[in-house]
Amino acid sequence: MAITAFLTDSTLCIGCKACEVACKEWNGVGADGVNWSGYSYDNTGALGHSTWRHVKFVECVPEPGFGGNAPELNSWSFSSDVCKHCENAGCLEACPTGALVRTEFGGVYLQPDVCNGCAYCVVACPFGVVQRNPADGRAFKCTFCYDRQKAGLIPACAKACPTESIKFGEIEGLREKAGERMQELQRRGMRDAVFYDASDTSVGGSHAMFIVRGDPRTYNLPPKPEVPTVYLKKGWTSSAIAAGLLLAGSLIAFLSEKRSNGR
Amino acid sequence: MSELPKIRPGATGPAAEREVKLIQIRREAEQRGAVAGKGIRPGGSPFPIASPETGYYGIPLLKEPAWTGEIPLYFFVGGAAGAAAVMGAIANYTGADRKLVRNARWIAAAGALISPALLISDLGRPERFLSMMRVFKPQSPMSVGVWTLLGFSGGAAAAAFAGFMHERYGPSLPLRILENAGEAASLLFGLPFSNYTGVLIGATAIPVWNQNVGELPIHFAASGVSAAVGMLELMGHRKSRALQMLGLGAALFECWEGWRVESRRQPGLDPLKHGPSGWITRAGGALSGPVPAVLRLASLFSARKSTDDLRRWAAISSIAGSLITRIAWVHAGHVSVRDWREPLGIESPLQGL
Repeated sequence: MAITAFLTDSTLCIGCKACEVACKEWNGVGADGVNWSGYSYDNTGALGHSTWRHVKFVECVPEPGFGGNAPELNSWSFSSDVCKHCENAGCLEACPTGALVRTEFGGVYLQPDVCNGCAYCVVACPFGVVQRNPADGRAFKCTFCYDRQKAGLIPACAKACPTESIKFGEIEGLREKAGERMQELQRRGMRDAVFYDASDTSVGGSHAMFIVRGDPRTYNLPPKPEVPTVYLKKGWTSSAIAAGLLLAGSLIAFLSEKRSNGR
Repeated sequence: MSELPKIRPGATGPAAEREVKLIQIRREAEQRGAVAGKGIRPGGSPFPIASPETGYYGIPLLKEPAWTGEIPLYFFVGGAAGAAAVMGAIANYTGADRKLVRNARWIAAAGALISPALLISDLGRPERFLSMMRVFKPQSPMSVGVWTLLGFSGGAAAAAFAGFMHERYGPSLPLRILENAGEAASLLFGLPFSNYTGVLIGATAIPVWNQNVGELPIHFAASGVSAAVGMLELMGHRKSRALQMLGLGAALFECWEGWRVESRRQPGLDPLKHGPSGWITRAGGALSGPVPAVLRLASLFSARKSTDDLRRWAAISSIAGSLITRIAWVHAGHVSVRDWREPLGIESPLQGL
């Protein structure tokens, strides 16, 4: 089975939200309601249990030559966010039931029939993707369209994207494509274009890669995401020390009491 | 100008001025076919701007914990029960007062029954707890914790049950075996059970938790010990020197823990020091650390009658402090998530938000 990935090129995104709609239609995800966040044309603000694709609308201070049609207008970028499907996935490691699994396509899939709603994946995700649905009690996130991939189709969001901003394919090929695209953007003078796949952190790369303009932090892409398993060693060491202290403390306390009583 | 329609009766301020200006522009456009002057910025301006200083409009990157109020309560009950089981077993092995051993077992057994109930209540539907027992995953503190809880619950309940039957109906070999095995299991599992919740919240993406992962398990163990000691003292064991020593040790550790948090300048620790979450943390810290420490030290040097009172107050303070401390840490996790700066590596101070 080929290992697959998304490459979301925000320089091509037109903010149409077709990916969000296609995702909801295919996966039967509930509507988010007509609530505007007040932040540009964003209505949910972030990924969540009912938002598996999320288009970010990034309005920045006017900067000549950066987006917009006139120098005094705000520049405006769009980027379609999605579960990163990390190589070392915090949610997958944290899940106590084995509901979260790695698929043969390299994605991280949450089996809703196994999930018991403990919500530990919610706090284990360094990208804030997984969320517990309060009405249902279980957690939900992007499935990487596992069912479609199984049938040889591409994910619904990539299929629906009218500008091929969302590219889908075999991961190595996509990395090459991303490199070529970066060179092309540089050649055209977009020197602020950045490739983001978190491969230089403990996350070890993602199956959802991004090309964005400017600082990735304005797209809520963390510069140093860490998979929480890196804290385990320190935590369990401390736990062992705590257990040792409790055992030694109890022994000392009760033995010294016995000695003083016996005297 | 006077015939201009009113927007809202009595409306004033910049919004109303903009509306008036808008009506003037419309009228000018209608009459002349063009507008000479400048336009207006629509209501709500200036627009929020995304920038490297505010991230994505300051919308938090991480998700808040979705746990209900049962979880901090579980941290409290589990911590106290685990510590009580360890103390009870050691007291038994060293031949301490039988009554203390029995009461410690009852605390452990009560915790062993309440803990799973709290977890199941958090999951919403009871049968969902069964999914927890599908696998054992050493890399998931939640999975390790659930299996520890199951081992502990079985052991603590068995020890308490066998002990009760033993006292009621006299000794018998099967009861003796069950009692000893249960006690050994509750000791073995009680050691990690009293502190694993520190690893559970420490090994997450939430800054205030993972930045304290090295101290949280010891802190939670001390909190569990002081609660267990407090409960035993309230059950009448206010003359036990061993409990006094354990309580004093835990209280002194909690003093150090409070000092550690207060003295460190680290943006990730802000939820423990500022705002409502900071005050909850301080209240829990004071009730678990300095207050019982002073009361216990005073009780060492006072007349026999006031010793009893001082230890009772120390016990009450320790139990309340332990509960508030657990609530404070979970609450601090929520506050930590709302601060978008930490995960984005933004060091600018919070301004007006």
